[in-house]
Amino acid sequence: MLWPLLGIAVLMAGFALRLNPLPVIIGAALASGIGAGLQPLAVIAALGKAFNANRYVSVPWIILPVIGLLERAGLRERAAALVVGMAAATTGRLLLVYLALRQLTAALGLTTIAGQAQTVRPLLAPMAEAAAERQHPDLNEADRQRIRAMAAATDNIGMFFGEDIFLAVASILLIKGFLESQGIIIAPLALSVWAIPTAIAAFLIHGARLLRFNPRRPR
Amino acid sequence: MIGLPFIYTVAGAVFAAWAVLTVADRAQPRRLASAAFWALLALSFLAGDRLGDIGNGVLVLALVAIGGFGLVGRANPATTSADDRIASAARRGNRLLLPALIVPLVALLGTLAAPRLGFIDPKQVTLVCLVAGVLLAVAVTSLWLRPPLLAPLQEGRRLVSQIGWAIILPQLLASLGAVFAQAGVGQIVGSVTGGLIPDGARFIAVLVFTLGMAGFTMVMGNAFAAFPVMMAAVGLPVLVQGYGGNPAIIAAVGMLAGFCGTLLTPMAANYNIVPAALLELDDRNGVIKAQVATALPLLAFNTLMIWGWAF
Repeated sequence: MLWPLLGIAVLMAGFALRLNPLPVIIGAALASGIGAGLQPLAVIAALGKAFNANRYVSVPWIILPVIGLLERAGLRERAAALVVGMAAATTGRLLLVYLALRQLTAALGLTTIAGQAQTVRPLLAPMAEAAAERQHPDLNEADRQRIRAMAAATDNIGMFFGEDIFLAVASILLIKGFLESQGIIIAPLALSVWAIPTAIAAFLIHGARLLRFNPRRPR
Repeated sequence: MIGLPFIYTVAGAVFAAWAVLTVADRAQPRRLASAAFWALLALSFLAGDRLGDIGNGVLVLALVAIGGFGLVGRANPATTSADDRIASAARRGNRLLLPALIVPLVALLGTLAAPRLGFIDPKQVTLVCLVAGVLLAVAVTSLWLRPPLLAPLQEGRRLVSQIGWAIILPQLLASLGAVFAQAGVGQIVGSVTGGLIPDGARFIAVLVFTLGMAGFTMVMGNAFAAFPVMMAAVGLPVLVQGYGGNPAIIAAVGMLAGFCGTLLTPMAANYNIVPAALLELDDRNGVIKAQVATALPLLAFNTLMIWGWAF
């Protein structure tokens, strides 16, 4: 029976209507759970149990006091000033260098040395904006938001398509474990080498977009 | 052994402090509801194991009620002015960047040293190092810059309130994944997808596999949830056993096809929705829109790669 898929329909409808996602998720859980024959109270209990078991997902927020403390002392202003002194630093080239560094460090297993809260907000986004501002002094708020969104995207893409080259990353271990359970024995190295072509393709595709990225949309 | 209890106690204490500071802040919009939101998170971290499943479920409903109705207000505690910041940045120069390196440095050294230290839970090394790095960075920065005593917590509260309700989104989505698994959503999606493949059309089979990985990842917000489903439904029975494909290439590249889906979905809240809040974008989907033109060609590349190299 297809009733448990009701939750997916609820999720899609909620996102399409741009509702606040939190109640939509509860609705989706209830729809799928009830569709699978569970009592509503059992669904709430399952949700509560999983929420408690997944608390570690929210732990990284405790980095915010460090970021806030440094921002208070002018970290973002310093990051921006750094770029103003570099004549060659355009927004695109700056993000390209970050993409390369993010992919390389992730490939060495160092995924946690950067991230949206750690590096994008306090460092990369102000730098990208400052570089754009030097080229185009008449940037408007919409331009600035597009630049910041591109900085966030560059961090995600760099990490996603770098980390799988590292042997001990969770996804490689998951693949190895799944194949093993099906009787196929494969060494992690044999899996992670196959992440390299896609990593190169990601660098070329996103890198080309960055070099062609125009921080100031024609008006 | 330092492990999850230590991590959750520190995180719970930080959330509790945010709750107290929110109540005490007369200028805070929707003060009591906002404080209740942070207090409930503190309760979850400090006492979640003692609440029972139903108790935790009620806690989730309360968090969703406060967050879903927009009752978590933005805090604006006293801070330095724009001019202060520019002056401080000019005076302190690039040394300001150094404390930002403490957290990643502790993470790196901790990960290398933990197996030899013995008192860190080997399964939680990353989080323990994160917590230790944060505590060290706050201590060092406070000693150097001499901000007001509460400044780390107040500045953290400013940032966390900017993210607002979205802060519980990643954890809640992970919980939804657990409910979906219990309801058997994966098996159903797998069997429906498997039925889409006509006999003898290898390229179509590869396409169903990669699009299925990306699509189901978009639904679940996580390629890890999609991988076992799509491998069991299409990857193994059709591509590996049916067409004799190389399982290493199919599995590794299939996972990366899933990652392309992660770039395209609001369900991957950590990567796509939270940064939009953190970077003060008006469009909640702004980051996703910036990723589309990279994700789609890359998905095509992954499809062609399996088709061309795995057989």
